[in-house]
Amino acid sequence: MLTRERLIEKVLLLLALSAIGSLALITIFIFLEGLPIILKTGVRHFIFGAHWAPTKGHFGILAMILSSIYVTLGALIFGVPLALACAIVLAEFAPPSLTRILKPTIELLAGIPSVVYGFLGVVLLVPIIRGYLGGPGLSLLAAALILGIMILPTVISISIDAMNAVPTLYREGSIALGATQWQTVRKLVLPAARSGIITAIILGMGRAIGETMAVIMVAGNALSIPTSILDSVRTLTANIALELGYASGAHREALFATGIVLFIIIMILNTAATLIAGRK
Amino acid sequence: MRNKIIFPFIGWLLCGVLLLLGLGCGRSDRQSQTLTIAGSTSVQPFAEKLAEVYMKLSPGLLINVQGGGSSAGIMAVQQGAAQIGASSRELHGAEKNLHEIVIAWDGIAVIVHPSCPVDNISLATLRQIFAGEIKDWAALGLKPHGMHIITREEGSGTRTAFEELVMDRLEIAPSALVQDSNGAVREIVAHDPHAIGYISCGLVDNQVKALAIDGVLPTGANIKKNLYKLTRRFLFVTARQPAGLAQEFCVFVLSHQGQVLLEKEGLIGVH
Repeated sequence: MLTRERLIEKVLLLLALSAIGSLALITIFIFLEGLPIILKTGVRHFIFGAHWAPTKGHFGILAMILSSIYVTLGALIFGVPLALACAIVLAEFAPPSLTRILKPTIELLAGIPSVVYGFLGVVLLVPIIRGYLGGPGLSLLAAALILGIMILPTVISISIDAMNAVPTLYREGSIALGATQWQTVRKLVLPAARSGIITAIILGMGRAIGETMAVIMVAGNALSIPTSILDSVRTLTANIALELGYASGAHREALFATGIVLFIIIMILNTAATLIAGRK
Repeated sequence: MRNKIIFPFIGWLLCGVLLLLGLGCGRSDRQSQTLTIAGSTSVQPFAEKLAEVYMKLSPGLLINVQGGGSSAGIMAVQQGAAQIGASSRELHGAEKNLHEIVIAWDGIAVIVHPSCPVDNISLATLRQIFAGEIKDWAALGLKPHGMHIITREEGSGTRTAFEELVMDRLEIAPSALVQDSNGAVREIVAHDPHAIGYISCGLVDNQVKALAIDGVLPTGANIKKNLYKLTRRFLFVTARQPAGLAQEFCVFVLSHQGQVLLEKEGLIGVH
């Protein structure tokens, strides 16, 4: 009986390790494929060069790094206030009957495939931007708006958890001192839940920067550094997905190198989220 | 008690894995009956049509048509992952060792919104537009409005052909919007009155208007007579002289029936 138990333990451990193993394999593979071209081009030229013409030997991804950052910041500007407002209402103000309907609805938002968001963006949002604001419509603004909606479920549900973790005792004390419910939320619950909310925002950022399909469909994918929010942009993820199908040789390596940069950015974000979450 | 549940569970899991492995092996055994064509997304719809008809003619045969792009298709042939690679660009460098068969000719149509009053454009103007030197429709005598240039992604067969035929070693402007399929380019041009793009002639429909280049419209007759300037070849690429299934399929594609099929789909036959 004991040996059987030990056998099962070992098998389960092996299965658990396979997850870490595949992560390690992916990491090794991306770096092996991509690193040579970064070193050949020179780290400075690769990251700070703005000229991307991989079939002609130019590998500068500055425009895409900036675009990824702008699109992500844009998504946070649209998404975070909306998500926080929603989380505050659901955690503090809404009657339980409303919460029971709203929360699953928001979680459903996370289950919609990104290609559907992209399609809605192309069909609804892009013509509006083109008609009322000008430009080709496929733009930084369109991508930021779509991503702003896509990060809502992540930010909302983690923020709600953070606010629910604030002990009810604190709230009762605050109300007893004569504070209104809004004052309690603003001065007590939000500061107490701060690290959780920041974690939520960083995870939302990770989702926005890693999103590919919806961005390819609505951002237009032009290679220049954007000068206005109506300009078309190409993010790091879009660059990889757009060109991988046709790429060979150095071009293919350069796309893996783009993946390395993306990988490092996301690792930094996730590490930051873990550190902040652990510092309660 | 818990053991009794977990142990069979793991047993089933192992069975599942073995079954999947078994299925995988089974499939490779059947490979002799399967023909894989991989490559250019420009050729893909035509290859699919050909495969569909040919599979009806020879039951029991499975033809697997994959996209991925010309380069991916050529690479697949070099590595043996596909018997036939479909390419919409010419072979260069080491790729020249492969065996190529011209299956059809195709024109690249420059397309605008149907409401655009421009009907004809010179090759030189077209080059200036895509190089980013002309940025406004006013330069073509229309109401001033920014031009929205739409191109294909780097490495695409259509883009490579367009660069060779039009750009004369100039680079396509970085401000151009980039889409990853003929269909996506057509979709944008169909909805944006200020857009200009290029797609395979076979895929032009009534949502967009194809421009004449230096006075020559991209019609079948003009492409066949080689009057239309933006003309390219569609290739089937094999590792060596095609044999077996690949050869039979190539013979079918080049036969009268195959060529008529391609012409019906908008391409220009090789005969």
